Parts: sequence; C-alpha cells; structure tokens
Amino acid sequence: MAQPFTKIVARNIFYGGTAFFFLLFLALTFDTMGQLPQRDNRAALTGELGPAITKGKLIWEENNCIGCHTLLGEGAYFAPELGNVYQRYGNSTDAIKAFIASRPAEGIPGRRSMPQFNFSDEELTAIAEFLKYVSEINTANWPPNIQG
Amino acid sequence: MQYQSQAVAKPYFIAAIALFVAQVLFGLIMGLQYVVGDFLFPEIPFNVARMVHTNALIVWLLMAFMGASYYLVPEEAETELYSPGLATLMFWVFLVAAALTVAGYLLLSYSTLAEVTMNKLLPTMGREFLEQPTITKIGIVIVALAFLFNIGMTILRGRKTVINLVLLMGLTGLAVFFLFAFYNPENLVLDKYFWWWVVHLWVEGVWELILGAILAFVLVKTTGVDREVIEKWLYVIIAMTLITGIIGTGHHYYWIGAPEYWQWWGSIFSAMEPIPFFMMTVFAFNIVNKRRRDHPNKPAMLWALGTAVMAFLGAGVWGFLHTLSPVNYYTHGSQITAAHGHMAFYGAYVMINITIISYAMPLLRGRNAANPLKSQVWEMWSFWLMTIAMVFITLFLTGAGILQAYLQRMGENPQPFMVVQEQISLFYWLREIAGVIFLIGLVVYIASFFVGQNDPEATTAS
Repeated sequence: MAQPFTKIVARNIFYGGTAFFFLLFLALTFDTMGQLPQRDNRAALTGELGPAITKGKLIWEENNCIGCHTLLGEGAYFAPELGNVYQRYGNSTDAIKAFIASRPAEGIPGRRSMPQFNFSDEELTAIAEFLKYVSEINTANWPPNIQG
Repeated sequence: MQYQSQAVAKPYFIAAIALFVAQVLFGLIMGLQYVVGDFLFPEIPFNVARMVHTNALIVWLLMAFMGASYYLVPEEAETELYSPGLATLMFWVFLVAAALTVAGYLLLSYSTLAEVTMNKLLPTMGREFLEQPTITKIGIVIVALAFLFNIGMTILRGRKTVINLVLLMGLTGLAVFFLFAFYNPENLVLDKYFWWWVVHLWVEGVWELILGAILAFVLVKTTGVDREVIEKWLYVIIAMTLITGIIGTGHHYYWIGAPEYWQWWGSIFSAMEPIPFFMMTVFAFNIVNKRRRDHPNKPAMLWALGTAVMAFLGAGVWGFLHTLSPVNYYTHGSQITAAHGHMAFYGAYVMINITIISYAMPLLRGRNAANPLKSQVWEMWSFWLMTIAMVFITLFLTGAGILQAYLQRMGENPQPFMVVQEQISLFYWLREIAGVIFLIGLVVYIASFFVGQNDPEATTAS
C-alpha cells in the first residue's frame, strides 16, 4: 500500500538524511585524518626547518598573500599559483627569496606588480621554506604542469 | 507590518544595501586592476580591494539575514520579538565592528593590522574570506550568539512554524560552523581541510536553509498558497541540499593533500547538488502559478522567481560545470571558479536578500502592501540591469577561464600565468564593462526607494 507523501514524510527524510550523511562525512573525515600523515608532508614541520616553516606560514598569512595568489589552487586568481613555485624556480629557495626581495616599491607602470614588503633575510627564508614545504605535499599530481 | 518589533529589521536592511554599494565599487576597482595592473598601486593593492569586496559581501549578507530574521520570525511566531533593544544594540556593535575592520584594511598595511590586533596570540588572519582580525571574529561570534538567543527566545514563546524552525537551524549552523574559523593549525592541509567547514558548509549547506526559509516566507505571504504545501516543498528541498551538499564538500578535497577517494565522493555527491536548486525553481514557479491572490508588490515576486532561476544557474549549472574531478583538474583555481562564484553568490544570496528587502521595506516604511507604481517600475529595471549584467560578467569570466585552462594547463605548449593573463585581457575588459552596467543597475535600485514616494500606493488592479 503506497503511503501518501506528506509533510511528515518529507520532514523525516530531512532529519534522517542529514543525520546519516553528516555521520558519513565525519567517518570519512576520521579516515582522512588517519591517511594524512602519509600525504601532508608533516614530517617537515617537526624537522630541523619546522620553526622556519611555521614562521613562514604566519608571514604568509599576515601579509595576505592569498589575496592575490592561489596556494594549491585556493585563493585569488590575480597572481600565479605558488603551490609549485619551488619547482618552477628550479628547486631553489634562493630564487624565491630573490624574487620577493627585488619587487619595486612603486610597482611596474601599467602592469600587475607584487608589493615590496621589506622582509628581512630571515623572514624571506621562512617564506621560501614554507613554500618548499607546501610543494612537497601529495596533491594527486595537481597542478597539471609546472606553470601552475 | 503586524508587530512593532519587526521594525528593528530596517536599519539592518539599510546598512546591508550600503555595504552592497561598497562591495560593488571595490569589485570595479579589482576588475580594472586586472587589465590596468598599476591602477591605485601601491595605495590600494589588489589584495586589499579583494578583501573589502569579499568581506563587505559576507557582512552585508549576514546583516540582511539578520534583518530578514528579525522581520519574519515575529510574524511567523505571532508574537513580538523577545528583545528589540538587544537587536538594535547588536546592529550598532556589528556595524561599528565592520566599519573599523574595513577602515583597518584601507588605512593600515595588513601586517600592521595583524600586529595591532595581536594576531599572534591566536592567529586566524590571512586566510581567504576569513581575513578579519581575530578580535573582529570574536565580535562576530558575540553578535551571532546574541542574535540567536533573541530569535530563539522569540520562537520558543510563539507559534512554531516550519519556516521558523528551518531558519533557526540554518542560523544555528551558521554560528556553529563559523567556530572553525578559529582553528588554524600550522599544517596547511589540516588548515585547508577545516577551513572548508566554514566556507563550504556555509554556502552549500546551512545558508541554503536560510535561503529556503526566506523564500518560503515570501511565497506564503505573496501568493496565499496553503502553508502545508509550501512547507512540504521546503523540507524536500533542504533535505536534498544537505544530503548532497555535506559529502559534496569533497569537491574541495581533490588537490589539497587529502586522500584520492575524495575525487569519487566529491564528484558524485556534488554532481547532485544542482538537484535541490532545480527543485527550488520548480517550487517557486509552481507556487506562483497556484497563487490565490495577486499581490500588488510585483518586484518582490520578480526577485523571488529570479532567485529561484539564478541560484539554479549560478550555483547549480555553473557549479556542475567544473565539479567533476577530471574537469576540475584543469579548472581548479581559474577564472572558471571566479565565474561560478559570482553568479552563485548573486543568484542565491544577493537575490534572496533583495527579495525579502523588496517585500518588507514598503511595509517597514508604513505602506499597506507595496510601493507606488513608479518606484516598482524602477526597481524592476534594476532587477533586469543587475541580473543581465551578472549573466555577462559570468559569461566573460567563463570565456577567460576556458582559455586560461587551455593555454596554461592543457595545450601543447603550456604558457606562464602572466603570459596567459595578457592574452585573455579582452575578456577582462568586457567583464569590467558588464560590471559598470551592474553598478548602474544598483544605482537604479537605490533610486527606486526615493522616486514617486508621494504617489498613491500601487494596488493589484493597476
């Protein structure tokens, strides 16, 4: 005997469906947390350069780098992807440091330009090490090529 | 207006519209910086303009959600608001906090702002959409809790309708998931994983409950269709929203270091996310077709139907366009993302808020049901100008995004980011022109509040 599709049935689908799929989401999250240690390059955070990477992330955040760049594809689309900038710059943290340090304060006429942040050498090292750490996260082969 | 305390909604709506203007102006600045790279550099660099653009959007949507709640909850509960004084106080707290934050963005360098607000004590800044200083975030939590308390107490002592219940669930979810904004581990993958619990579970989760409740309220009021029918639809829509949308979070986990099974979970579930939006379109048109009265407020009906259509196009269709992982591999973090973001936010959340403002404002301003005809005509022109402009903004960004993905990521000879950007600048110019049309539409919208105000109120017959 077919049951009429009433408001109560709809309500029960809502509560039951939400609860079920939220629990499933939590279970998947739990499993993900178990797998991340093999993928997220966390060893770097506890290694010798750990403090520099942590500092680099804070500098990254406190200068709103995500307001122009993407990092692993998330952020703003005004400036290049930086998740693989370490590889793009020839696996060189020095090249990254040199680029950031050499930005002209008044910009480049007519063109997009990165601000001059006047970072110290220690801060530049921290940012470069942070970007190197990010580049070694297992991202399922994203981005498709070196151009990001 | 049936209850005196509904009047507290008015300042929320006015402030929301003012912030909307700021959002669009800074959007135009950014759009120009895309093609004239040194425009306003270094005074207002792109990242600052973008923060103002996105944060103004978030704050005005929240303001309007609060205004909508203060308006519709007492009417649904058939009782006065628990504490109108608290609502007014929280309005000023929220407005001042938002104004100070924007002033901080514009007057200080971001690192100075981080320093003076002591970000290092609890670093939460510098993540997309969550750029607000930690102290502002704490302020948002306080305002949200006071708001929830006020709304919750009103619902508790009044009639408990499905619309009020769904709205309250949405608002509670909004407050709860915002708490993940305070979790910012040094491990970038964990940071990103839970950042989405704010961003995705807001806009593709609990916010849709708020959207559904507001839309249902306006349809109940304007069509006179039996509440039972509308409430059943509402339950079905939000059920599908959360059944698809929660696991759909997985479409953000493809390339940020999470396990690769998310490519399956995310693709399959988020491919179904358009279903609730399509149901919403069918629902809105169905209810309007079954209407038992012709409500004299034509623009409110237009915005309501517009929401249903544009949310489906922006969130549903443009979301589906790049949600399957093999496609997303090439489009992730490109102008395709920007195209989707613009039409989805406009179609779902901007339009639903204008819908409730359009319905409620004439009543808050002391009219029986609707604005004078002239005002309505202006408002409907603004609907078409803004909506068509947004369609073109989306199409131009989509064109830019397809070329970008091809030239930078797919072609024989992938080219560097900036080389590609210059090749697609035509699309950015066209987007900027469409943006100017949008601004004109917004000016017409604001003008509609002032034109023909001494004329007699429109009635159904006219």
